[in-house]
Amino acid sequence: MAGRVGIVAVGQTKYQPNRADVSEEELAWEAIKPALESVGLTLSDVSSSVTCSEDFWDGRTISSMNVQRVVGAHLSHEDKVCEDGINAVYAGMAHILSGYHDIVLVVAHMKESQAEKSVIENAAFDPILLRQLGLDFTIAAALQAKRYMYKYGVTAEQCAKVVVRDYANAKRNPFAQQAKDFTVEDVLGSRMLVSPLRLLDTKPVSDGACALILAREDKAKKLTPKPVWILGVSSCYETHYLGDRDLAECDALIKAAKKAYKMAGIKNPLRQIDLAEITAEYSYQELLWMEGLGFCGRGEGGKLIDSGITRMGGKLPVNPSGGVLPGNPNGVAGLARVAEAVLQLRGEAGERQVKGARIALAHGATGICGQHHCVMILGSE
Amino acid sequence: MPNRVAIVGIGQTYHRGKRPDVTFGEMVNEAVTAALADADLSFKQIEAVFTANMETFEGIFRPDHVMAAELGVFGKPGFKVATGGTSGGSVVVEGFYMVAAGLFDLVMVVGFEKQDCGETTAAITAAMVPTWGKGSTTGAIGEFAKQALSYMQTTGATEEHAAMVRLKADRGACRNPYAHLKLGLKSVDEILKSPYLVWPLRLLDFCPQSCGACALILASEARAKKITRKPVWIADVEVVHQEPFRAGTFGDPTGEEIYAQDVACERLYKRNGITNVRKQIDMAELYEPSNWEEMCLYEHFHICEKNEGWKLVERGVTEIEGEFPVNPSGGVIATNPIGATPVIRVAEAALQIRGDAGEHQVTRDVKTALASALGGPNWTVLVLLKRSL
Repeated sequence: MAGRVGIVAVGQTKYQPNRADVSEEELAWEAIKPALESVGLTLSDVSSSVTCSEDFWDGRTISSMNVQRVVGAHLSHEDKVCEDGINAVYAGMAHILSGYHDIVLVVAHMKESQAEKSVIENAAFDPILLRQLGLDFTIAAALQAKRYMYKYGVTAEQCAKVVVRDYANAKRNPFAQQAKDFTVEDVLGSRMLVSPLRLLDTKPVSDGACALILAREDKAKKLTPKPVWILGVSSCYETHYLGDRDLAECDALIKAAKKAYKMAGIKNPLRQIDLAEITAEYSYQELLWMEGLGFCGRGEGGKLIDSGITRMGGKLPVNPSGGVLPGNPNGVAGLARVAEAVLQLRGEAGERQVKGARIALAHGATGICGQHHCVMILGSE
Repeated sequence: MPNRVAIVGIGQTYHRGKRPDVTFGEMVNEAVTAALADADLSFKQIEAVFTANMETFEGIFRPDHVMAAELGVFGKPGFKVATGGTSGGSVVVEGFYMVAAGLFDLVMVVGFEKQDCGETTAAITAAMVPTWGKGSTTGAIGEFAKQALSYMQTTGATEEHAAMVRLKADRGACRNPYAHLKLGLKSVDEILKSPYLVWPLRLLDFCPQSCGACALILASEARAKKITRKPVWIADVEVVHQEPFRAGTFGDPTGEEIYAQDVACERLYKRNGITNVRKQIDMAELYEPSNWEEMCLYEHFHICEKNEGWKLVERGVTEIEGEFPVNPSGGVIATNPIGATPVIRVAEAALQIRGDAGEHQVTRDVKTALASALGGPNWTVLVLLKRSL
């Protein structure tokens, strides 16, 4: 690999339940504009852009047409990846390391408010054997939660602690959709959606956009005194059929983490990583994903949250931003994790700053019961 | 200095209008296993898989997830791209960048579409601006009819010229075992009798809806040389998008519109010192949804002077035996599984360089070839292939 890739700028909208006041293009621009301005760039400086959006959610075939004008794509290079914006960072990194591009704009947008989640998610199941069962991602997640809790004895209280911590952290994040001082009892008393998942175990409908600017090492150093470097990245798919998986395990995440750690020289993640931003659309998923990321042993996710080390001020603060549960749109969620990691490593996270953060992990997960994971290690040095 | 990248495996399905005999995944797997067999590799050796498909054409959300096993991406890194008709070109470029960047040594890129599962024209109509565009379009056909009319009026080309291009495509398709439409057309008159879709575009002037998949295996230089004696090098790529659906996007009688194709090829040619296309490149596989588009592309890609695309047709320059063969495979007008189509263009151009195109191998020795993709509002992806770098 030739040189390194630096993230030089971050922009995001406040995440909100309904942005009927703007088009997708206007929404994306709300995130892109501050990112460009923070490093004194214009769209004509952008060598290529990688966008992330979903045609199903946008209700538009070739959904990146929604944002062509605001990513500088007119007579220039744009590519659209699917699933989550963190994949767009992965692609953007290759754009730069290939030697073809020097400044890459990465942006993801999503208006969940304008479509029906369960109808779209049902279309993600095999059309012949599974779709007719009427599953959506929340119903599938409930199966995974049951299996995970049963196999390893993880309790609903332990899952609820994730919700309590995320919502509390969100109070100090001006971009967060919701923030509140909940108790475990509040979570366990919220409406049951699909057993064992209650309303507060899931994320609300959310609209928003997030943008990053990536730059080749020499350019990054010129653009900002505080570039954040991509030290390692990998992704991995699980197989599709739920019956072929032990849903209490997350082999794809283990593989993705292993490769990302190897690339970044991480041997002991708990000791070497200063904070983690995790994409958990359901409370139990954070505990399961923490196991997959090697922050604790298999089945020990519950104990990890009990130990309190993932709280602010703990050994490994998780989701200082508040994470996905208080409200992030799918597709943007993983990219927003990268954005928060960058802000933390630059020391620009305001009231939620993790002191002395030098290495951060950002994680994206998409699909049924986390069928695709992307793990990214970022560093300030 | 980026790492050099070569195509070391090529696989495609037999393309058909309907494939009721297989599931979508099984069909995709045919191309994947064909590419592995071509490179004499196994699933295990592929480090990452990148995919291209337009989800709204089949109504399957995240087909790369649904077909993780059949694609061979289970347990591996990867992602899916979707940029409309250019999707397959975008995925070749993304895979190329990944290897050129040194992030992987051996990746597979797969494009696929199974249009018997959905209604493509409805899905293309859904590409227009939701607030005002959807009610005023008829998918791709209307745009290409406008282009045909504009081309006739601007250049003096006639319907006979378009029919000659269609005849050439069919001759190629009939020699290509994988092609979808093999009509055995005998004369220009036969084509001129075909019914109009949207005047002046006839049924035989436009591409079919095909089911099919195409996979390529891309390798770094060191790996490529161990895998095959006939690597085909990706010498360069270029991607140019533009604002969605400006008035003159397809067919501009004012002559004032800037075309993504012109911009893309000028950048590519400049970087590669190409000043005389027909001398320095030996053949091309172009993404021509209609015969009229093929003549337009001759001009946009500087294969001839402006307004003279139809003259190349008259002189037979782009025939299989011609001086500069274009689409000896039969092209898109014979075979169009959209997500796979640009991957097929690259695959067919690579087969020509290898000398493995069989009955549709061109007469001219192919050392350098150009493959193009077209999508959305005339977005363009170009891939320049070479036998040696």
